[in-house]
Amino acid sequence: MTGPARPGGVDEALLRVLTPQVLGVLVRRGADFAAAEDAVQEALLEAVRHWPDEPPRDPKGWLVTTAWRRFLDAARADSARRRREDAVDEQPAPGPVPDSDDSLRLYFLCAHPSLTPSSAVALTLRAVGGLTTRQIAAAYLVPEATMAQRISRAKRTVAGVRLDRPGDVATVLRVLYLVFNEGYSGDVDLAAEAIRLTRQLAALVDHPEAAGLLALMLLHHARRAGRTGPDGSLVPLAEQDRTRWDTAAIAEGVAVLQAALTRDRLGEYQAQAAIAALHADAPTAAETDWVQIVEWYDELIALTGNPVARLNRAVALGEADGPRVGLAALAALDPALPRHTAARAYLHERADDLPTAAALYAAAAREAGTAAERDHLIRQAARLNTLLRGGESGGGGGGG
Amino acid sequence: MAKYLLLKHYRGAPEPEGFVPMDRWTPAEVTAHIRYMRDFAAKLEGTGEFVDAQGLAPEGTWVQYGGEGKPPVTDGPFAETKDLIAGWMIIDVDSRERALELAGELSAAPGAGGEPIREWLELRPVMSEPPTVTE
Repeated sequence: MTGPARPGGVDEALLRVLTPQVLGVLVRRGADFAAAEDAVQEALLEAVRHWPDEPPRDPKGWLVTTAWRRFLDAARADSARRRREDAVDEQPAPGPVPDSDDSLRLYFLCAHPSLTPSSAVALTLRAVGGLTTRQIAAAYLVPEATMAQRISRAKRTVAGVRLDRPGDVATVLRVLYLVFNEGYSGDVDLAAEAIRLTRQLAALVDHPEAAGLLALMLLHHARRAGRTGPDGSLVPLAEQDRTRWDTAAIAEGVAVLQAALTRDRLGEYQAQAAIAALHADAPTAAETDWVQIVEWYDELIALTGNPVARLNRAVALGEADGPRVGLAALAALDPALPRHTAARAYLHERADDLPTAAALYAAAAREAGTAAERDHLIRQAARLNTLLRGGESGGGGGGG
Repeated sequence: MAKYLLLKHYRGAPEPEGFVPMDRWTPAEVTAHIRYMRDFAAKLEGTGEFVDAQGLAPEGTWVQYGGEGKPPVTDGPFAETKDLIAGWMIIDVDSRERALELAGELSAAPGAGGEPIREWLELRPVMSEPPTVTE
C-alpha cells in the first residue's frame, strides 16, 4: 500500500500518470496483466522509498526497469510460471512502439466486455488511473477488502485476454461515464479523475465521442459548485448562482464540443454535451434557449431511444411551449420512469395548479432514489402546502 | 453499482409455509444453518459484493424525548405486534436483479430437515449520491 507522500517526498501525481504507461509497457512485452500489475505496484513502493534520496533522471525508465525486474523475479520464483517466463525470454527485444498504444491497450483491457460494470470501473481506476485500492474503496463506500477482491477478480478475468485487435472505444467511454457519474465521496474526486482519464483517452484516440464525453464532463463539472447549497442541499438549475460556475471549464467544454460537432459524426455524448452547453451558455435561467434544447433532445432520442431523454424532452418542451404542452408530452410516457412524478409536479406548479403540484411533489419524494433529491422534493411540497395554507412563513426563497 | 440492505426479521415478516422455530431444530441443523449464512457472507466477500453484516439482539426499546430537563421516555421491550429486526447485510451489486438473486439465495438457508427455510427477507435500496449528470 502506498501512503501519502511525505513533504519533499515523491510526486504522487507524476506516479499516477506514469503507472498506466509502465503497466502498458509490461503488458506489451508479454507479461500477463495481473502479474504486471503486481510488479508495477512493487516498483511504485520502491520509488516511494528511493526517489526522495536518489531522484532518477528518467522516472519512467526507472519504473519500467524496476517493474520488469520484479516481474521476472516473480516469474522465476513461481515454478508454475516457468514456461511463460521462457517464452518471454525468447521474445525479441521490443521495438520502438509509441507510448500511446500501451496506454490505449490498458483502457481497452480494463473496460473489457467480459467484466461487470463495477469491476471494469474498479480496474480502470486502479490500472489506468493509478489510484490505490484504499482510495477506490473509500470513493465507493465499500470496505477495502471488498474492493481488493473486486480488483483481483477483475484481474483474473482479463488475465488471459490478448488484445490483438483494437478494443471498443464505446465500452471504454461507458466505463468513464460511470466513474464520472459516481459523485464525490472519499478523498478522491471521481468526477475530476474521470475528466483526467477521458482527456487522456481523447488525446489517444481519434473518436468524436471521446471528445463529446470530455465536453459533457467539463460542462457538468463546471456547474458543480452551483448545484449544492452550503448545507449540501440540492439547488435546481433555475435557482443556481451562475457566478459560481467555472467559466474556464465551460469555455473549454464548448470548444471541445464544437470541434467534435464539425466532424459531423454525432453521438449521444455530443448531443448531451450540446444540451449542457446551452444551459451553461445562458446568462440567466430565463434566457435559456429551450427551443434548441428540445431539438437536441430530439437528436438524442433518435440516437438512443432512451426513455429518460424522452422525459427530459417533455420538461424542456414545457419550458419552450408552456407547461400544458409539457404535461401532454409527459402523459404519453411510462409513469414508472424515474423522476416522472417530480416532472409532473414541476409542470403542474408552473401551470398554477398548486394543490396537485404539492401532492405530486410529496409522492415524488417517496420515490426518490437519493437522499438529496428526496429532501429537495419534500421541501418543495412543504413550500407549496405552506403557501396554500395562507403562507405564514417565507419558506420559498433560496430553497430554504 | 448500487447498495441494498437485506433485513432479517425476528418478527414482523410473514411466516413461511411449514415454519419450524429454530429451537425445535436439531443442533446439527442449527450448525448447518449458521454455516450456510457464514459461507454466504464469505462468498460475497470473494465476489467483491460484501459491504457489511451485523446481527441485532432481540431486545429493543422505544425511546422518546421526555421534555426539558426530564429523562427520555422509554416504552419498554417491544410489544408483541411490533416489527423486530434480527440483523442486516449490506451488499453492493451491479443490478437489482442481482440483489434479488442474492436475497433469494440467502432465504434458502437450510432449516429443519435440511430443507430451505424460505424465510421472507426485506430488500431495501440504500439511497445514493445524486448522479453528476442530470437534466
